[in-house]
Amino acid sequence: MTTINPRKVEPYSVKGSLRRKLFNSKTLILMCVPAIIYFIAFSYAPLPGIYVAFVNYNYRKGIFGSPFVGLKNFDFVAKSGKLWMLTQNTILFNLAFILLDNLLAVTVAILLKEIQSKSFRKVSQTMMFLPYFISQVLVGLLVFSLLNSDTGFLNVILKGLGAEPLRLYKTGDPWPLIIILVHLWQKTGYNSVVYFAAIMGIDDSIIEASMIDGANGWQKIRYIILPSLKPTVVILLLFALGGIVKGDFGLFWNLVGRNPILYNKVDIIEMFVYRATVSDFNFSTASAVGLYQSLIGFILVLTVNAIVKKIEPDYSLF
Amino acid sequence: MAKNKDGMLESTGKIKLTGSDYVIRGIGYFFITIFAIMSIFPFLVILGTSFETEDNIITQGVTLLPREFTTAAYELVIKGGTIWQSYCLTIVLTAVGTTIGLFICAMTGYALQRRDFPFRNGISFFVYFTSLFQAGLAPYYLLMTQTYHLNNSYFAVLLPLMVSSWLIILMKNFAKSIPHELTESGKIDGAGDFKIFTSIILPMLKPGLATVGLFLALGYWNEWYQSSLFLQNKTVLPLQYSLYKIINEAQSLKNSVASQYVTVDSLPSESLKMATAMMATGPIIFLYPFVQRYFIGGITVGAVKG
Repeated sequence: MTTINPRKVEPYSVKGSLRRKLFNSKTLILMCVPAIIYFIAFSYAPLPGIYVAFVNYNYRKGIFGSPFVGLKNFDFVAKSGKLWMLTQNTILFNLAFILLDNLLAVTVAILLKEIQSKSFRKVSQTMMFLPYFISQVLVGLLVFSLLNSDTGFLNVILKGLGAEPLRLYKTGDPWPLIIILVHLWQKTGYNSVVYFAAIMGIDDSIIEASMIDGANGWQKIRYIILPSLKPTVVILLLFALGGIVKGDFGLFWNLVGRNPILYNKVDIIEMFVYRATVSDFNFSTASAVGLYQSLIGFILVLTVNAIVKKIEPDYSLF
Repeated sequence: MAKNKDGMLESTGKIKLTGSDYVIRGIGYFFITIFAIMSIFPFLVILGTSFETEDNIITQGVTLLPREFTTAAYELVIKGGTIWQSYCLTIVLTAVGTTIGLFICAMTGYALQRRDFPFRNGISFFVYFTSLFQAGLAPYYLLMTQTYHLNNSYFAVLLPLMVSSWLIILMKNFAKSIPHELTESGKIDGAGDFKIFTSIILPMLKPGLATVGLFLALGYWNEWYQSSLFLQNKTVLPLQYSLYKIINEAQSLKNSVASQYVTVDSLPSESLKMATAMMATGPIIFLYPFVQRYFIGGITVGAVKG
């Protein structure tokens, strides 16, 4: 190492032999080792087990000793129509979530900006953020307490008005709507944070200038705020589309997961896989459906990332 | 341009707020108020009902204001129950998991943003890939139970929540904001990389540590999923999972309160559920207003660049 300027520190050479690089950065490598071991143990080690999707799993013989059956497990769920139904439900729910989430979050963010009193804004923001912090288990109980036909809040009011109680836990029909509403209730406070930050990032002088030019409130939103949110909305929408085959298991499971009358209408991939694994011990079918989901998800994320890279290289994931 | 003390635009002679400005402002106050109340309303119902007598709940339903105020359900949960053991377990899991997870995320996050670390891209991809493609539940379940033999072990809850690629990337983004010159100056002073990390970087990384630590802690506190997979035969369960069982299984409700206090027939199951729910969630409700800014920071730092 030639040190012409004694104060200049030689960076760990990005060039040079591998052994030199390893030696120079040994401490940094060691600092990454716990995480590397962790991911090997819990994320990479399960990967070979995907093979269980291609066998007729037998507990005593283990994954790799069980008889190979090729794509039979996939055939089984596909031919019964189950796979398509699950995929459809998962995607349709996610589409509803993505569209309504963003619509409501942008609305809330814009309206929050209109709130003049800082303390009013702080308190209401805090209140709206509460549902984000609670467990999905409690969400299940909250919904049950509001909607059940014997003691639920909704039916207490209906009874008070002399109306017939709604037996919402006896039929699956209203549950798509209920699930979407509960999802919005739980996620809007969280989702609006990003948009609110983006709105607060708009240069005040632009808004002031528009007002001097006589722009009214609607015009301000239409021509300044919404266009400035567009990049954030587009990027978040795209990434959400990348995850469109991944369901919100905790929400679905705690609302309807233990009641077949309810979940038959709104069954999603995660719930099917969970039941097949934990209740039926049907690991081969569960893994086949899981692998199908992972592969579609993987392809979607790669596609979305390629699109994002084209339109906004700074935001692409890799 | 005049601004009031909150930095908001005020109507002055020069700039007139038009009619629609006031309409939108009115809609804003109205809509935000409704939404904020709706956000906490179900909690108020649970809270009110938890202080109601069982008879009144059965005959007249849940309520915001108890018709007959009683703390019977809480007494039953506190006196007879396994809730203290659940509390202790949850606190230990949260404290241990958050501490270790935080340290791992901080070390890795710092190392991966060092420009002079030749392996950072390779390791970053190795970490990131885990969020792109997963084996799925069944292979994971088989690995945890058949290979690692973690069935009915608290490690099955502690370990899987400890580190995630998202948290490492979040930490990496926080570490990026610390000037590289600080690392350089440490090197000039002859400090090793680990020494630089512990004595120069960690103190500067406090916002990142708080944010990632709180995400970890919230994850542990609200954990029920891994428990439902792996803790089938345990009697002492993490708080949220014991709440889950009390809500969903009549038998565990009976087990959760010692039978010498009440006969099974007179067990006030509805108010017990509410009281347990309040106790399991109480610490969060009290704490989150003080720490939410860290979550907001985390969401805005981590939202787009997942």
